[in-house]
Amino acid sequence: MLRDTWTMAQRSLKHILRSPDTIITVVIMPIAMLLLFVYVFGGAIGHGTGGSYINFITPGIIVMTVVSGIAYAAFRLNMDIQRGIINRFRTMPVAPSSILGGQAASSTLSNLVSSLLVLAVAFAAGFRTSTGLGEWLMFAALLVLFTLALTWMAVFFGLLAKTAEGSGSFSYLLMLLIFISPSFVPTASMTPFLRGFAEHQPLTPIIETMRSLLTSGTAGSSAALAFVWCIGILAAAYSASVIVYKRRSV
Amino acid sequence: MSTITVKNLTKAYGKQQVLKGVDFTVEEGKIFALLGSNGAGKTTIINILTTLIPGDGGEANIAGFSVATEAQKIRKAISLTGQFAAVDDMLSARENLQLICDLRHVKNGSSLAAKLLADFGLSDAADRRAATFSGGMRRRLDIAMSLVGSPKIIFLDEPTTGLDPEARNEMWRTIRKLANGGTTILLTTQYLDEADELADRIAVLDGGKIVANGTAAELKRLVPAGIVEMTFTDESAAQKAASALAEFAPKQDGVALTVTSDGSVKGLASLFHKMEAANCEPTEFSQKQPTLDDVFFKLTGKQKAASSDKKVGK
Repeated sequence: MLRDTWTMAQRSLKHILRSPDTIITVVIMPIAMLLLFVYVFGGAIGHGTGGSYINFITPGIIVMTVVSGIAYAAFRLNMDIQRGIINRFRTMPVAPSSILGGQAASSTLSNLVSSLLVLAVAFAAGFRTSTGLGEWLMFAALLVLFTLALTWMAVFFGLLAKTAEGSGSFSYLLMLLIFISPSFVPTASMTPFLRGFAEHQPLTPIIETMRSLLTSGTAGSSAALAFVWCIGILAAAYSASVIVYKRRSV
Repeated sequence: MSTITVKNLTKAYGKQQVLKGVDFTVEEGKIFALLGSNGAGKTTIINILTTLIPGDGGEANIAGFSVATEAQKIRKAISLTGQFAAVDDMLSARENLQLICDLRHVKNGSSLAAKLLADFGLSDAADRRAATFSGGMRRRLDIAMSLVGSPKIIFLDEPTTGLDPEARNEMWRTIRKLANGGTTILLTTQYLDEADELADRIAVLDGGKIVANGTAAELKRLVPAGIVEMTFTDESAAQKAASALAEFAPKQDGVALTVTSDGSVKGLASLFHKMEAANCEPTEFSQKQPTLDDVFFKLTGKQKAASSDKKVGK
Protein backbone atom coordinates (compact mmCIF):
# COMPACT_ATOMS: atom_id res chain seq x y z
CA MET A 1 0.00 0.00 0.00
CA LEU A 2 2.80 2.40 0.93
CA ARG A 3 4.59 1.50 -2.29
CA ASP A 4 1.52 2.33 -4.41
CA THR A 5 0.95 5.54 -2.46
CA TRP A 6 4.54 6.57 -3.09
CA THR A 7 4.18 5.80 -6.83
CA MET A 8 1.04 7.92 -6.94
CA ALA A 9 2.66 10.71 -4.94
CA GLN A 10 5.68 10.74 -7.25
CA ARG A 11 3.42 11.11 -10.25
CA SER A 12 1.60 13.98 -8.63
CA LEU A 13 4.87 15.66 -7.60
CA LYS A 14 6.03 15.50 -11.22
CA HIS A 15 2.86 17.38 -12.15
CA ILE A 16 3.63 20.06 -9.61
CA LEU A 17 7.27 20.41 -10.61
CA ARG A 18 6.36 20.53 -14.30
CA SER A 19 3.88 23.33 -13.95
CA PRO A 20 6.08 26.04 -12.45
CA ASP A 21 3.27 28.53 -13.05
CA THR A 22 1.20 26.84 -10.32
CA ILE A 23 4.09 27.00 -7.86
CA ILE A 24 4.58 30.69 -8.59
CA THR A 25 0.86 31.43 -8.29
CA VAL A 26 0.76 29.62 -4.96
CA VAL A 27 3.63 31.55 -3.34
CA ILE A 28 3.30 34.87 -5.15
CA MET A 29 -0.06 35.80 -3.62
CA PRO A 30 0.95 35.37 0.04
CA ILE A 31 4.30 37.05 -0.63
CA ALA A 32 2.56 40.00 -2.29
CA MET A 33 0.18 40.19 0.69
CA LEU A 34 3.10 40.08 3.09
CA LEU A 35 4.90 42.93 1.35
CA LEU A 36 1.70 44.91 0.90
CA PHE A 37 0.75 44.66 4.55
CA VAL A 38 4.23 45.33 5.86
CA TYR A 39 5.23 48.20 3.58
CA VAL A 40 1.89 49.76 2.57
CA PHE A 41 -0.72 49.17 5.28
CA GLY A 42 1.64 48.27 8.10
CA GLY A 43 2.59 51.87 8.90
CA ALA A 44 -1.03 52.77 9.55
CA ILE A 45 -2.41 49.59 11.17
CA GLY A 46 0.69 48.14 12.70
CA HIS A 47 0.64 50.32 15.82
CA GLY A 48 -2.26 48.52 17.45
CA THR A 49 -0.51 45.16 17.31
CA GLY A 50 2.37 45.82 19.65
CA GLY A 51 5.91 45.08 18.55
CA SER A 52 6.97 44.27 15.01
CA TYR A 53 4.10 44.13 12.52
CA ILE A 54 5.83 41.61 10.28
CA ASN A 55 6.17 39.26 13.22
CA PHE A 56 2.46 39.76 13.84
CA ILE A 57 1.29 38.88 10.32
CA THR A 58 3.73 36.13 9.27
CA PRO A 59 1.65 33.25 10.78
CA GLY A 60 -1.46 34.45 8.90
CA ILE A 61 0.56 34.71 5.70
CA ILE A 62 1.73 31.11 6.11
CA VAL A 63 -1.84 29.96 6.61
CA MET A 64 -2.72 31.89 3.44
CA THR A 65 0.03 30.04 1.56
CA VAL A 66 -1.48 26.71 2.48
CA VAL A 67 -4.98 27.87 1.54
CA SER A 68 -3.87 29.05 -1.90
CA GLY A 69 -1.89 25.83 -2.45
CA ILE A 70 -4.66 23.36 -1.73
CA ALA A 71 -6.90 24.87 -4.42
CA TYR A 72 -4.52 23.30 -6.93
CA ALA A 73 -4.75 19.93 -5.21
CA ALA A 74 -8.50 19.98 -5.78
CA PHE A 75 -7.96 21.10 -9.37
CA ARG A 76 -5.46 18.34 -10.15
CA LEU A 77 -7.63 15.63 -8.62
CA ASN A 78 -10.68 16.84 -10.52
CA MET A 79 -8.73 16.92 -13.80
CA ASP A 80 -7.70 13.29 -13.21
CA ILE A 81 -11.35 12.38 -12.75
CA GLN A 82 -12.47 14.24 -15.89
CA ARG A 83 -9.70 12.64 -17.97
CA GLY A 84 -10.59 9.11 -16.86
CA ILE A 85 -7.23 8.60 -15.14
CA ILE A 86 -8.80 7.88 -11.76
CA ASN A 87 -11.04 5.27 -13.40
CA ARG A 88 -8.02 3.69 -15.02
CA PHE A 89 -6.40 3.39 -11.56
CA ARG A 90 -9.63 2.08 -10.06
CA THR A 91 -9.71 -0.85 -12.46
CA MET A 92 -6.13 -1.78 -11.57
CA PRO A 93 -5.00 -3.95 -8.66
CA VAL A 94 -3.60 -1.02 -6.68
CA ALA A 95 -4.30 -0.36 -3.02
CA PRO A 96 -7.51 1.71 -3.17
CA SER A 97 -6.26 4.10 -0.49
CA SER A 98 -3.19 4.96 -2.56
CA ILE A 99 -5.23 6.75 -5.24
CA LEU A 100 -6.35 9.58 -2.96
CA GLY A 101 -3.49 9.10 -0.50
CA GLY A 102 -0.85 9.79 -3.14
CA GLN A 103 -2.47 13.07 -4.10
CA ALA A 104 -2.84 14.07 -0.46
CA ALA A 105 0.81 13.24 0.27
CA SER A 106 2.17 15.23 -2.66
CA SER A 107 -0.07 18.19 -1.93
CA THR A 108 0.99 18.25 1.72
CA LEU A 109 4.63 18.06 0.73
CA SER A 110 4.42 20.82 -1.86
CA ASN A 111 2.48 23.09 0.47
CA LEU A 112 5.12 22.70 3.14
CA VAL A 113 7.78 23.68 0.61
CA SER A 114 5.73 26.75 -0.36
CA SER A 115 5.34 27.64 3.31
CA LEU A 116 9.12 27.44 3.77
CA LEU A 117 9.62 29.72 0.75
CA VAL A 118 7.22 32.26 2.16
CA LEU A 119 8.89 32.03 5.57
CA ALA A 120 12.23 32.71 3.90
CA VAL A 121 10.82 35.83 2.23
CA ALA A 122 9.42 36.92 5.60
CA PHE A 123 12.89 36.60 7.09
CA ALA A 124 14.31 38.68 4.27
CA ALA A 125 11.66 41.33 4.95
CA GLY A 126 12.60 41.56 8.60
CA PHE A 127 10.77 38.74 10.40
CA ARG A 128 12.80 37.81 13.47
CA THR A 129 12.31 35.19 16.16
CA SER A 130 14.29 33.87 19.04
CA THR A 131 12.06 30.91 19.70
CA GLY A 132 13.60 27.61 20.79
CA LEU A 133 13.89 24.27 18.97
CA GLY A 134 10.98 22.77 20.90
CA GLU A 135 8.66 25.57 19.80
CA TRP A 136 9.88 25.29 16.21
CA LEU A 137 9.11 21.58 16.23
CA MET A 138 5.68 22.19 17.68
CA PHE A 139 5.10 24.90 15.06
CA ALA A 140 6.14 22.43 12.33
CA ALA A 141 3.81 19.76 13.76
CA LEU A 142 0.88 22.18 13.77
CA LEU A 143 1.67 23.34 10.23
CA VAL A 144 1.86 19.75 8.93
CA LEU A 145 -1.38 18.81 10.65
CA PHE A 146 -3.12 21.94 9.36
CA THR A 147 -1.86 21.34 5.81
CA LEU A 148 -2.96 17.72 5.95
CA ALA A 149 -6.43 18.73 7.16
CA LEU A 150 -6.88 21.33 4.41
CA THR A 151 -5.47 18.95 1.79
CA TRP A 152 -8.14 16.38 2.62
CA MET A 153 -10.70 19.15 2.45
CA ALA A 154 -9.35 19.86 -1.04
CA VAL A 155 -9.62 16.16 -1.93
CA PHE A 156 -13.24 16.23 -0.83
CA PHE A 157 -14.07 19.25 -3.00
CA GLY A 158 -12.02 17.88 -5.87
CA LEU A 159 -14.11 14.69 -5.80
CA LEU A 160 -17.37 16.58 -5.51
CA ALA A 161 -16.87 19.31 -8.12
CA LYS A 162 -18.52 19.00 -11.52
CA THR A 163 -15.71 20.88 -13.28
CA ALA A 164 -12.00 21.31 -12.60
CA GLU A 165 -12.41 25.08 -12.70
CA GLY A 166 -15.02 25.02 -9.95
CA SER A 167 -13.13 22.57 -7.74
CA GLY A 168 -10.94 25.20 -6.06
CA SER A 169 -13.65 27.74 -5.28
CA PHE A 170 -13.97 26.60 -1.65
CA SER A 171 -10.55 28.16 -1.04
CA TYR A 172 -12.01 31.66 -1.56
CA LEU A 173 -14.17 31.10 1.47
CA LEU A 174 -11.12 30.07 3.47
CA MET A 175 -9.32 33.19 2.22
CA LEU A 176 -12.16 35.26 3.64
CA LEU A 177 -11.83 33.45 6.96
CA ILE A 178 -8.17 34.49 7.10
CA PHE A 179 -9.18 38.15 6.87
CA ILE A 180 -11.89 37.76 9.51
CA SER A 181 -9.34 36.45 12.00
CA PRO A 182 -6.55 38.05 14.01
CA SER A 183 -4.16 37.51 11.06
CA PHE A 184 -3.70 41.14 10.10
CA VAL A 185 -5.46 43.15 12.78
CA PRO A 186 -6.33 42.32 16.41
CA THR A 187 -9.94 41.16 16.77
CA ALA A 188 -10.49 43.89 19.37
CA SER A 189 -10.65 46.46 16.56
CA MET A 190 -13.52 44.68 14.74
CA THR A 191 -17.27 45.40 15.06
CA PRO A 192 -18.85 43.31 17.85
CA PHE A 193 -20.59 40.84 15.52
CA LEU A 194 -17.52 40.12 13.40
CA ARG A 195 -15.40 40.06 16.51
CA GLY A 196 -17.53 37.28 17.99
CA PHE A 197 -17.23 35.35 14.76
CA ALA A 198 -13.49 35.97 14.42
CA GLU A 199 -12.80 34.82 17.96
CA HIS A 200 -14.62 31.52 17.50
CA GLN A 201 -13.77 30.43 13.99
CA PRO A 202 -11.26 27.57 13.61
CA LEU A 203 -8.47 29.52 11.95
CA THR A 204 -8.14 31.89 14.90
CA PRO A 205 -6.66 29.47 17.48
CA ILE A 206 -4.43 27.99 14.76
CA ILE A 207 -3.04 31.38 13.76
CA GLU A 208 -2.71 32.53 17.36
CA THR A 209 -0.87 29.39 18.38
CA MET A 210 1.51 29.71 15.43
CA ARG A 211 2.13 33.34 16.34
CA SER A 212 2.67 32.52 19.98
CA LEU A 213 5.12 29.72 19.13
CA LEU A 214 7.08 31.89 16.73
CA THR A 215 7.19 35.16 18.61
CA SER A 216 6.75 34.67 22.33
CA GLY A 217 8.33 31.23 22.53
CA THR A 218 5.35 29.59 24.26
CA ALA A 219 2.47 27.57 22.90
CA GLY A 220 -0.07 30.01 24.30
CA SER A 221 -3.56 29.43 25.62
CA SER A 222 -5.24 28.28 22.40
CA ALA A 223 -2.75 25.53 21.44
CA ALA A 224 -4.98 22.65 22.54
CA LEU A 225 -7.93 24.14 20.67
CA ALA A 226 -5.77 24.62 17.55
CA PHE A 227 -4.75 20.96 17.51
CA VAL A 228 -8.31 19.81 18.20
CA TRP A 229 -9.63 21.86 15.26
CA CYS A 230 -6.96 20.48 12.91
CA ILE A 231 -7.58 16.89 13.95
CA GLY A 232 -11.34 17.41 13.75
CA ILE A 233 -11.20 18.92 10.25
CA LEU A 234 -8.80 16.20 9.13
CA ALA A 235 -11.03 13.40 10.44
CA ALA A 236 -14.19 14.92 8.95
CA ALA A 237 -12.63 15.74 5.57
CA TYR A 238 -10.96 12.34 5.31
CA SER A 239 -14.13 10.39 6.14
CA ALA A 240 -16.25 12.52 3.83
CA SER A 241 -13.73 12.05 1.00
CA VAL A 242 -13.69 8.28 1.41
CA ILE A 243 -17.50 8.15 1.37
CA VAL A 244 -17.77 10.35 -1.73
CA TYR A 245 -15.00 8.40 -3.45
CA LYS A 246 -16.69 5.06 -2.87
CA ARG A 247 -20.05 6.38 -4.00
CA ARG A 248 -18.83 8.32 -6.98
CA SER A 249 -20.17 6.49 -10.00
CA VAL A 250 -18.63 7.36 -13.31
CA MET B 1 -14.57 -22.05 -21.68
CA SER B 2 -16.37 -18.82 -20.94
CA THR B 3 -14.33 -16.26 -19.07
CA ILE B 4 -17.08 -13.63 -18.79
CA THR B 5 -20.53 -14.67 -17.62
CA VAL B 6 -23.28 -12.11 -17.17
CA LYS B 7 -26.65 -13.20 -15.81
CA ASN B 8 -29.74 -11.03 -15.53
CA LEU B 9 -27.68 -7.92 -14.81
CA THR B 10 -29.71 -4.84 -13.88
CA LYS B 11 -28.78 -1.26 -13.08
CA ALA B 12 -30.80 1.89 -12.51
CA TYR B 13 -29.69 5.47 -12.05
CA GLY B 14 -32.45 6.95 -9.94
CA LYS B 15 -35.66 6.12 -11.81
CA GLN B 16 -33.90 5.42 -15.08
CA GLN B 17 -33.63 1.67 -15.58
CA VAL B 18 -30.48 1.53 -17.71
CA LEU B 19 -29.99 -2.25 -17.74
CA LYS B 20 -33.10 -4.41 -17.67
CA GLY B 21 -31.67 -7.90 -17.26
CA VAL B 22 -28.64 -8.46 -19.47
CA ASP B 23 -27.34 -11.97 -20.19
CA PHE B 24 -24.34 -13.03 -22.22
CA THR B 25 -21.15 -15.05 -22.04
CA VAL B 26 -17.77 -14.52 -23.66
CA GLU B 27 -15.47 -17.39 -24.53
CA GLU B 28 -11.81 -17.23 -23.68
CA GLY B 29 -9.61 -15.75 -26.40
CA LYS B 30 -12.54 -14.44 -28.44
CA ILE B 31 -13.57 -10.97 -29.50
CA PHE B 32 -17.06 -10.09 -28.30
CA ALA B 33 -18.79 -6.93 -29.47
CA LEU B 34 -21.59 -5.15 -27.64
CA LEU B 35 -23.35 -3.27 -30.37
CA GLY B 36 -25.78 -0.49 -29.59
CA SER B 37 -26.60 3.12 -30.22
CA ASN B 38 -25.79 5.91 -27.76
CA GLY B 39 -27.60 5.43 -24.48
CA ALA B 40 -28.24 1.72 -25.00
CA GLY B 41 -26.32 0.91 -21.81
CA LYS B 42 -22.98 -0.24 -23.24
CA THR B 43 -20.77 1.88 -20.99
CA THR B 44 -22.82 0.93 -17.93
CA ILE B 45 -22.14 -2.75 -18.63
CA ILE B 46 -18.42 -2.05 -19.07
CA ASN B 47 -18.32 -0.03 -15.83
CA ILE B 48 -19.94 -2.85 -13.87
CA LEU B 49 -17.74 -5.56 -15.37
CA THR B 50 -14.55 -3.57 -14.73
CA THR B 51 -15.52 -3.09 -11.05
CA LEU B 52 -16.03 0.68 -11.33
CA ILE B 53 -19.65 0.62 -10.23
CA PRO B 54 -21.79 -2.05 -8.60
CA GLY B 55 -24.75 -3.55 -10.42
CA ASP B 56 -28.19 -3.57 -8.77
CA GLY B 57 -29.22 -7.13 -9.50
CA GLY B 58 -28.11 -10.27 -11.27
CA GLU B 59 -24.55 -11.50 -11.32
CA ALA B 60 -21.40 -11.24 -13.33
CA ASN B 61 -18.27 -13.36 -13.22
CA ILE B 62 -14.96 -12.36 -14.73
CA ALA B 63 -12.11 -14.89 -14.95
CA GLY B 64 -13.90 -16.98 -12.37
CA PHE B 65 -14.42 -14.18 -9.85
CA SER B 66 -17.59 -12.38 -8.86
CA VAL B 67 -17.68 -8.63 -9.57
CA ALA B 68 -19.72 -8.12 -6.42
CA THR B 69 -17.33 -9.73 -3.95
CA GLU B 70 -13.93 -10.27 -5.58
CA ALA B 71 -13.21 -6.96 -7.31
CA GLN B 72 -9.54 -6.84 -6.40
CA LYS B 73 -8.93 -10.32 -7.88
CA ILE B 74 -10.70 -9.30 -11.08
CA ARG B 75 -8.54 -6.18 -11.35
CA LYS B 76 -5.46 -8.41 -11.62
CA ALA B 77 -6.96 -10.15 -14.67
CA ILE B 78 -8.40 -7.23 -16.61
CA SER B 79 -7.65 -3.85 -18.04
CA LEU B 80 -9.94 -1.11 -19.28
CA THR B 81 -9.45 1.29 -22.14
CA GLY B 82 -12.19 3.82 -21.73
CA GLN B 83 -13.98 5.99 -24.27
CA PHE B 84 -11.44 8.76 -23.95
CA ALA B 85 -7.71 8.08 -23.89
CA ALA B 86 -6.85 8.13 -20.19
CA VAL B 87 -3.20 9.10 -20.50
CA ASP B 88 -1.37 11.52 -18.25
CA ASP B 89 -0.69 14.62 -20.34
CA MET B 90 2.00 15.91 -18.02
CA LEU B 91 4.07 12.76 -18.36
CA SER B 92 5.96 11.48 -21.40
CA ALA B 93 4.84 8.30 -23.17
CA ARG B 94 7.62 6.37 -21.45
CA GLU B 95 6.71 7.74 -18.02
CA ASN B 96 3.07 6.89 -18.57
CA LEU B 97 4.01 3.27 -19.26
CA GLN B 98 6.50 3.20 -16.40
CA LEU B 99 3.79 4.46 -14.05
CA ILE B 100 1.48 1.58 -14.95
CA CYS B 101 4.42 -0.87 -14.66
CA ASP B 102 5.13 0.45 -11.16
CA LEU B 103 1.48 0.24 -10.12
CA ARG B 104 1.16 -3.31 -11.47
CA HIS B 105 4.45 -4.21 -9.76
CA VAL B 106 6.03 -5.36 -13.02
CA LYS B 107 9.67 -6.32 -12.75
CA ASN B 108 11.92 -4.77 -15.42
CA GLY B 109 9.33 -2.11 -16.12
CA SER B 110 11.71 0.00 -18.17
CA SER B 111 12.42 -2.75 -20.69
CA LEU B 112 8.71 -3.57 -20.98
CA ALA B 113 7.99 0.11 -21.52
CA ALA B 114 10.62 0.27 -24.26
CA LYS B 115 9.17 -2.82 -25.92
CA LEU B 116 5.63 -1.47 -25.87
CA LEU B 117 6.79 1.90 -27.22
CA ALA B 118 8.43 0.07 -30.13
CA ASP B 119 5.40 -2.20 -30.70
CA PHE B 120 3.09 0.79 -30.93
CA GLY B 121 5.36 2.96 -33.06
CA LEU B 122 5.96 5.45 -30.28
CA SER B 123 9.73 5.04 -29.84
CA ASP B 124 10.50 8.36 -31.52
CA ALA B 125 7.98 10.19 -29.37
CA ALA B 126 8.83 8.25 -26.20
CA ASP B 127 10.15 11.18 -24.23
CA ARG B 128 7.68 13.79 -25.39
CA ARG B 129 4.83 14.78 -23.14
CA ALA B 130 1.57 13.06 -24.06
CA ALA B 131 -0.06 16.50 -24.27
CA THR B 132 1.71 17.01 -27.61
CA PHE B 133 0.37 13.76 -29.12
CA SER B 134 -2.22 13.42 -31.89
CA GLY B 135 -5.49 11.59 -31.22
CA GLY B 136 -4.19 8.41 -32.86
CA MET B 137 -0.95 8.45 -30.85
CA ARG B 138 -2.85 8.99 -27.59
CA ARG B 139 -5.06 6.02 -28.38
CA ARG B 140 -2.00 3.89 -29.12
CA LEU B 141 -0.38 4.90 -25.86
CA ASP B 142 -3.66 4.24 -24.08
CA ILE B 143 -3.83 0.68 -25.44
CA ALA B 144 -0.12 0.11 -24.74
CA MET B 145 -0.77 1.10 -21.11
CA SER B 146 -3.62 -1.40 -20.98
CA LEU B 147 -1.29 -4.21 -22.02
CA VAL B 148 1.15 -3.74 -19.14
CA GLY B 149 1.02 -6.81 -16.93
CA SER B 150 -0.50 -8.93 -19.75
CA PRO B 151 -4.13 -8.88 -18.62
CA LYS B 152 -6.15 -11.89 -19.74
CA ILE B 153 -9.23 -9.85 -20.52
CA ILE B 154 -9.28 -6.42 -22.10
CA PHE B 155 -12.31 -4.14 -22.12
CA LEU B 156 -12.42 -1.56 -24.88
CA ASP B 157 -15.16 1.03 -24.65
CA GLU B 158 -15.73 2.43 -28.16
CA PRO B 159 -12.07 2.03 -29.10
CA THR B 160 -12.35 3.73 -32.49
CA THR B 161 -14.78 6.56 -31.76
CA GLY B 162 -13.23 9.79 -32.99
CA LEU B 163 -10.37 8.14 -34.89
CA ASP B 164 -9.63 8.79 -38.57
CA PRO B 165 -9.95 5.81 -40.96
CA GLU B 166 -6.23 5.05 -40.89
CA ALA B 167 -6.00 5.05 -37.09
CA ARG B 168 -9.16 2.96 -37.02
CA ASN B 169 -7.65 0.28 -39.25
CA GLU B 170 -4.55 0.28 -37.09
CA MET B 171 -6.71 -0.24 -33.99
CA TRP B 172 -8.49 -3.14 -35.66
CA ARG B 173 -5.16 -4.78 -36.47
CA THR B 174 -4.04 -4.36 -32.85
CA ILE B 175 -7.26 -5.88 -31.53
CA ARG B 176 -6.96 -8.88 -33.84
CA LYS B 177 -3.34 -9.39 -32.86
CA LEU B 178 -4.28 -9.40 -29.18
CA ALA B 179 -7.04 -11.93 -29.72
CA ASN B 180 -4.70 -14.14 -31.74
CA GLY B 181 -2.36 -14.06 -28.78
CA GLY B 182 -5.11 -15.52 -26.57
CA THR B 183 -6.45 -12.36 -24.94
CA THR B 184 -10.21 -12.15 -24.48
CA ILE B 185 -11.63 -8.89 -25.76
CA LEU B 186 -14.94 -7.30 -24.95
CA LEU B 187 -15.50 -4.17 -26.96
CA THR B 188 -18.43 -1.83 -27.37
CA THR B 189 -19.18 -0.08 -30.60
CA GLN B 190 -21.89 1.81 -32.35
CA TYR B 191 -20.40 0.93 -35.74
CA LEU B 192 -21.93 -2.08 -37.41
CA ASP B 193 -19.02 -2.58 -39.78
CA GLU B 194 -16.63 -2.65 -36.83
CA ALA B 195 -18.59 -5.41 -35.11
CA ASP B 196 -18.90 -7.28 -38.41
CA GLU B 197 -15.20 -6.94 -39.14
CA LEU B 198 -13.77 -7.82 -35.74
CA ALA B 199 -16.07 -9.78 -33.53
CA ASP B 200 -16.43 -13.53 -33.15
CA ARG B 201 -19.77 -12.88 -31.51
CA ILE B 202 -22.00 -9.85 -31.45
CA ALA B 203 -24.67 -8.93 -28.93
CA VAL B 204 -27.10 -6.22 -29.97
CA LEU B 205 -28.03 -4.04 -27.00
CA ASP B 206 -31.11 -1.90 -27.17
CA GLY B 207 -32.96 -0.11 -24.40
CA GLY B 208 -31.05 -1.97 -21.71
CA LYS B 209 -31.62 -5.48 -23.07
CA ILE B 210 -29.75 -7.82 -25.38
CA VAL B 211 -32.10 -8.21 -28.35
CA ALA B 212 -29.89 -10.58 -30.35
CA ASN B 213 -26.68 -12.49 -29.77
CA GLY B 214 -24.71 -14.57 -32.24
CA THR B 215 -22.04 -14.57 -34.92
CA ALA B 216 -22.37 -11.97 -37.67
CA ALA B 217 -23.62 -14.71 -40.02
CA GLU B 218 -26.20 -15.90 -37.50
CA LEU B 219 -27.50 -12.40 -36.97
CA LYS B 220 -27.79 -11.82 -40.70
CA ARG B 221 -30.02 -14.86 -40.97
CA LEU B 222 -32.53 -13.02 -38.79
CA VAL B 223 -33.60 -10.90 -41.74
CA PRO B 224 -35.02 -12.37 -44.96
CA ALA B 225 -32.37 -13.22 -47.52
CA GLY B 226 -34.70 -13.08 -50.51
CA ILE B 227 -34.29 -9.46 -51.54
CA VAL B 228 -33.68 -9.29 -55.30
CA GLU B 229 -32.48 -6.19 -57.11
CA MET B 230 -33.00 -5.69 -60.83
CA THR B 231 -32.24 -2.98 -63.33
CA PHE B 232 -34.08 -2.46 -66.64
CA THR B 233 -33.20 -0.60 -69.83
CA ASP B 234 -35.97 1.96 -69.31
CA GLU B 235 -38.62 3.00 -66.84
CA SER B 236 -41.57 1.50 -68.69
CA ALA B 237 -39.89 -1.92 -68.69
CA ALA B 238 -39.35 -1.58 -64.96
CA GLN B 239 -42.99 -0.56 -64.50
CA LYS B 240 -44.21 -3.52 -66.53
CA ALA B 241 -42.11 -5.89 -64.42
CA ALA B 242 -43.41 -4.26 -61.23
CA SER B 243 -47.03 -4.95 -62.18
CA ALA B 244 -46.21 -8.52 -63.24
CA LEU B 245 -44.47 -9.17 -59.89
CA ALA B 246 -47.13 -7.55 -57.70
CA GLU B 247 -47.13 -10.45 -55.21
CA PHE B 248 -43.40 -9.94 -54.44
CA ALA B 249 -43.82 -6.47 -52.88
CA PRO B 250 -42.10 -4.60 -55.73
CA LYS B 251 -40.48 -1.25 -55.10
CA GLN B 252 -39.67 0.68 -58.22
CA ASP B 253 -37.23 3.57 -58.38
CA GLY B 254 -36.67 4.71 -61.97
CA VAL B 255 -35.08 1.83 -63.88
CA ALA B 256 -34.35 -0.07 -60.65
CA LEU B 257 -36.74 -2.57 -59.12
CA THR B 258 -36.47 -4.36 -55.79
CA VAL B 259 -38.64 -7.36 -54.96
CA THR B 260 -38.75 -9.65 -51.96
CA SER B 261 -39.04 -13.41 -52.23
CA ASP B 262 -38.89 -15.85 -49.35
CA GLY B 263 -35.32 -16.73 -50.30
CA SER B 264 -36.08 -20.38 -51.13
CA VAL B 265 -35.43 -22.04 -54.51
CA LYS B 266 -39.19 -22.45 -54.93
CA GLY B 267 -39.75 -18.77 -54.31
CA LEU B 268 -37.08 -17.77 -56.81
CA ALA B 269 -38.42 -20.25 -59.39
CA SER B 270 -41.88 -18.74 -59.11
CA LEU B 271 -40.34 -15.28 -59.47
CA PHE B 272 -38.56 -16.35 -62.65
CA HIS B 273 -41.74 -17.93 -64.05
CA LYS B 274 -43.65 -14.69 -63.59
CA MET B 275 -40.85 -12.73 -65.25
CA GLU B 276 -40.68 -15.15 -68.16
CA ALA B 277 -44.46 -15.04 -68.66
CA ALA B 278 -44.46 -11.23 -68.72
CA ASN B 279 -41.38 -11.15 -70.93
CA CYS B 280 -39.27 -9.17 -68.43
CA GLU B 281 -35.59 -8.94 -69.34
CA PRO B 282 -33.57 -7.05 -66.70
CA THR B 283 -30.06 -5.91 -67.63
CA GLU B 284 -28.88 -6.68 -64.10
CA PHE B 285 -30.17 -9.19 -61.61
CA SER B 286 -28.76 -9.86 -58.14
CA GLN B 287 -29.81 -11.35 -54.86
CA LYS B 288 -28.85 -9.00 -52.03
CA GLN B 289 -27.06 -10.33 -48.94
CA PRO B 290 -28.50 -8.87 -45.76
CA THR B 291 -26.10 -6.63 -43.85
CA LEU B 292 -25.79 -6.12 -40.12
CA ASP B 293 -27.47 -2.77 -40.72
CA ASP B 294 -30.60 -4.59 -41.85
CA VAL B 295 -30.46 -6.76 -38.75
CA PHE B 296 -29.79 -3.86 -36.41
CA PHE B 297 -32.60 -1.72 -37.73
CA LYS B 298 -34.99 -4.60 -37.80
CA LEU B 299 -34.19 -5.55 -34.19
CA THR B 300 -33.94 -2.13 -32.63
CA GLY B 301 -36.79 -0.67 -34.69
CA LYS B 302 -39.04 -3.34 -33.24
CA GLN B 303 -37.84 -2.53 -29.75
CA LYS B 304 -38.41 1.17 -30.20
CA ALA B 305 -42.09 0.60 -30.92
CA ALA B 306 -42.40 -1.14 -27.57
CA SER B 307 -40.55 1.46 -25.54
CA SER B 308 -40.58 4.61 -27.61
CA ASP B 309 -39.57 7.32 -25.15
CA LYS B 310 -37.60 5.21 -22.74
CA LYS B 311 -34.23 5.97 -24.29
CA VAL B 312 -31.93 6.64 -21.40
CA GLY B 313 -28.56 8.20 -20.78
CA LYS B 314 -25.44 6.29 -19.95
